[in-house]
Amino acid sequence: MADKQPKSDILLDIRNLRIEATVYPPGEPPKNITLVHDVSLTLEKGKVLGLIGESGAGKSTIGLSAMGYGRGGVRITGGEVILNGRDILKGGKEGFRKLRGREVCYVAQSAAAAFNPAHRLMDQVVEATLLHGTATRAAAEKRAVALFKKLSLPNPESIGERFPHQVSGGQLQRVMTAMALCSEPDLIVFDEPTTALDVTTQIDVLAAIKDAIRDTHVAALYITHDLAVVAQVSDEIMVLRHGRLVEWGGTRQIIKEPRQEYTNALVSVHEIEHQEQKPGTTPFLSVKNITAAYGRSHIKVLKNVSVDIYPGQTLAVVGESGSGKSTLARAVTGLLPPEEGTVTFDGRPLANRLADRPKEDLRQLQMIYQMADVAMNPRQTVGTIIGRPLEFYFGLRGRQRDARVAELLDKIEMGKGFIDRYPAELSGGQKQRVCIARSLAAKPKLIICDEVTSALDPLVAHGILELLLELQKEENVAYLFITHDLATVKSIADSIAVMYRGEVVRYGAKSQVLTPPFDAYTDLLLSSVPEMEIGWLEKAIKGRRMASAGN
Amino acid sequence: MSSPIVKLVAQRIALGILLLLAVSVLIFAGTQILPGDVAQAILGQSATPESLANLREQLGLNDPAFIRYFRWLGGVVTGDLGTAMSSGQDIATSIKGRLWNTLFLAFWAAAVAVPLAIILGLIAVRYRNGWVDKLISGLALASTSFPEFFIGYVLVYFFAVKYQIFPGISTVYDGMPFGERMQAIMLPAAALTLVVLAHMMRMTRAAILNVMQSAYVETAELKGLSAFAVIRRHAFPNAIAPIINVVMLNLAYLIVGVVVVEVIFVYPGMGQYLVDHVTKRDVPVVQAVGLIFAAVYISLNIIADIAAIIANPRLRHPK
Amino acid sequence: MLDIKRIPIPALIGLVLTALFVLAAIFAPWIAPYGNGEIVGDVWGPMSAAHWLGTDNLGRDLLSRMIYGARITLFIAVLATALSFSLGAILGFSAAVFGGWFDTLLSRLVDLLMSIPTLIMGLVVLSVLPSNLVTLILVMGILDSTRVYRLSRAVAVDINVMDFVEAAKLRGEGSVWIIFREILPNALSPLVSELGLRFIYAVLFLSTLSFLGLGVQPPDADWGGMVKENKDGIVFGIAAALIPAAAIAALAISVNLVADWVLNRTTSLKGGRG
Repeated sequence: MADKQPKSDILLDIRNLRIEATVYPPGEPPKNITLVHDVSLTLEKGKVLGLIGESGAGKSTIGLSAMGYGRGGVRITGGEVILNGRDILKGGKEGFRKLRGREVCYVAQSAAAAFNPAHRLMDQVVEATLLHGTATRAAAEKRAVALFKKLSLPNPESIGERFPHQVSGGQLQRVMTAMALCSEPDLIVFDEPTTALDVTTQIDVLAAIKDAIRDTHVAALYITHDLAVVAQVSDEIMVLRHGRLVEWGGTRQIIKEPRQEYTNALVSVHEIEHQEQKPGTTPFLSVKNITAAYGRSHIKVLKNVSVDIYPGQTLAVVGESGSGKSTLARAVTGLLPPEEGTVTFDGRPLANRLADRPKEDLRQLQMIYQMADVAMNPRQTVGTIIGRPLEFYFGLRGRQRDARVAELLDKIEMGKGFIDRYPAELSGGQKQRVCIARSLAAKPKLIICDEVTSALDPLVAHGILELLLELQKEENVAYLFITHDLATVKSIADSIAVMYRGEVVRYGAKSQVLTPPFDAYTDLLLSSVPEMEIGWLEKAIKGRRMASAGN
Repeated sequence: MSSPIVKLVAQRIALGILLLLAVSVLIFAGTQILPGDVAQAILGQSATPESLANLREQLGLNDPAFIRYFRWLGGVVTGDLGTAMSSGQDIATSIKGRLWNTLFLAFWAAAVAVPLAIILGLIAVRYRNGWVDKLISGLALASTSFPEFFIGYVLVYFFAVKYQIFPGISTVYDGMPFGERMQAIMLPAAALTLVVLAHMMRMTRAAILNVMQSAYVETAELKGLSAFAVIRRHAFPNAIAPIINVVMLNLAYLIVGVVVVEVIFVYPGMGQYLVDHVTKRDVPVVQAVGLIFAAVYISLNIIADIAAIIANPRLRHPK
Repeated sequence: MLDIKRIPIPALIGLVLTALFVLAAIFAPWIAPYGNGEIVGDVWGPMSAAHWLGTDNLGRDLLSRMIYGARITLFIAVLATALSFSLGAILGFSAAVFGGWFDTLLSRLVDLLMSIPTLIMGLVVLSVLPSNLVTLILVMGILDSTRVYRLSRAVAVDINVMDFVEAAKLRGEGSVWIIFREILPNALSPLVSELGLRFIYAVLFLSTLSFLGLGVQPPDADWGGMVKENKDGIVFGIAAALIPAAAIAALAISVNLVADWVLNRTTSLKGGRG
């Protein structure tokens, strides 16, 4: 088909793509699994197609197939990938090498890992251009500096002299975009380029990428799990699930009028109706003027923090990495005794150190972790994991204990059948549910939830949030909910504390915290949360008052 | 060279010297405080109490242990390693020629083993999971299981006895022509090479594979670089430090191997000298030779650490 | 339960060979055709129907010597491994869980001991200690326990900072529950495969010491000592010394194969089954 002229302005035409991999399950013969089932797509020159789906949807695998690349033993076993009018799968290794870095470039999720630590940034940025001989070194470097400027990197003239470890994560992500654009390719594959960044940094990088795409007329495949992000940059969106196409359409149609149930679920995932509860008269737990530091360091991770928690309500603590929000949880639990300040519980002071707290106090404060799979002993069954607090706090044994475990499993919407399973045999959502049941088993007054949904796919996270709200109603348990995700906060909180560099910058009832006038940081944070709205990005950038923390 | 590196390297060297001092205490304590009477050992069971007392006086054995330690350490620092009890010879003089012989043997073994191991390690990575790779890991498994003397005597049995290509006993003497000397050390050097080769190969392979699996190698592949260019430009600069580490670790193995190999081939080096005098319970010699072996071992480890510090771009180009 | 058909062939070979060596060691007096020190023929007699492996440097039956040698070799290696393992693992776990000055002191001491090659340190100490089996086992066991200490401490430290251990601490569990119910079950598989490697090392170390004349003393002989006894025959083309040397290699390889399999088997199971 090589002699055929390129049809109209179709750049990339993937037809019936099938991708397989070999897996080696322990104790069984190796077997082939199909990761992508006959997916087809077309992309016009200069357009952006968003590929969206949860983990395991095959979106990165499809993206990399445009470069003829299979990660870790993944093989393209069927279909055609027609780029600029020729099927690149027929070009062999030599053909792939010629198109990679010239016709198609790649921007990885973690630029910090994707840059070689041993070379200066400039040498890496111009490497592909020089390799394919499309420009001289001087011309390529001039182009790179221009791109650095366009991507609003600081010191565009000299940033290329730096090594990767000397540049922040958000900036590296932009340098990587510049690297992809430098060889003036026809297509760039963006693979979750903003996922690893803090929310206020993400918006800058997103805006920079969008401008660069528009000005250079490059086409792009934009891969992400966040529909709100992809809505900002894409012309069209393709929804994938388990390696199959779910829905493909214009951005407006996908987010406003989804035709498939799965797409609809993804679109409406953030919306949980939660009626804010008015704070009661007396808090049962209050944190007063806490200051804390790790080791004997002089850098205070928490500075004079005070918050109150009311029975049966949720206090959400929100902030970016390094804000001290997880340290606050450690101080409340006694894992990191504060240097100054007190925690009062039921009207009496709580011992600062974990070791000094009576068993009854420990029972009243339970904790759920971000990574459910390391929060459970892999050598214990679900029955032991949930049953242990029952034995430990209430002395329940034998049949009584088993009956209560079954009851708790019921509460978390998992059947009795799970009692003999090991954690490795559960899905991510199920693991988090078992952790919830373990903390409920102690019948606590307060559960500290440390980023409990951030490691989960959106739909699974949604289910966990609904469960937590439901349990709150039934058990009248309070939550100290620590998160970086404002959408989650809106769904679950009664009151909110916004933290920035170890301090609480804004604190009060949810409605009050989320109503203007805002302080500068809360404004930045709120305006940085992507909304499922075309044109949101431009509006957000225009309305900002403060530079993001990552710069 | 920027200041943090100089500081780190200086720190590492200081730490090494401290460690060496601690080791000297350990070696001294190990030979002095443990049960066993040196004077008794020299004179045997039939010695009279007077002669024992005389000898103790003469050897300074009646002084407290820490004084004897500092006397010994003072001697070592000034190059006086004491006198061998069994022969009455000056230890430093006896060691000089032997140290040179051992270094000569170890050098040639390393000169063959190091490049060979790195090349074979690269081949194993290039054809990973292929038969070459499997053969290499099989050999590595076997070689960690073979005692040195098994390898040594198999070589002697075939190359010295059956086919008589090389001598089975490696006699060397002062002023021996280079060619003859090389011929003499051929078998012990081969044995030493085999002792460390497979292990070094396997570790080199692991070090390179580790680098090859990093995201920046994928980036390089996605720029369209050829497999060779990816390795040369992106994998190699980052693999240098781990490879140097592997090499140093294995040279340290070589030190242990040299003791046994010298005994097998009756080669007049430090290892054989040590073993001889352990059998004769000649404590001053054992202390001196033990300390020299430990010093070489510790220095190799320091070199490995320093290489890792220098090769680290984060330290070379601080923020 | 274990299904014999699912054991890979190399591991099966390793298991069978190891079992053979162990059986020979246990039943030596019943299996060996001649006595251990009995002179039954010419010096370095060839292999024959009466003497399957020939005779040694004094005219003793080599096969019988090998069988008795297996006994001494395995006996010392097993005891030394048991010592190094219990000492290293107990101290390593304690250091990880208690931390503080206890950990610092032990870890520095181990660093110091490991900064000298084990063989060199062994030779230095053996130059003044009486040569008997107890000394030999103690020296081998203590010197090698440094490696077990490092591994078990590292494994326990890794597990000790996992969230599930933190969760147990937050629940208020005591250190007995934490060590035995949370840490130990998760540390077992790396330790078990290390046990195999330590045993191999003990066999090789013992053989080396005996070969150098500092291990088992005549008239008893382990395999390393038998290599020493017969090594002078090599230059006359007599392979008697190669037989015990090959036996050491065979034993080490078999245990290695088994340890390799145990390691792969336990690491491929992330969860608790098996």
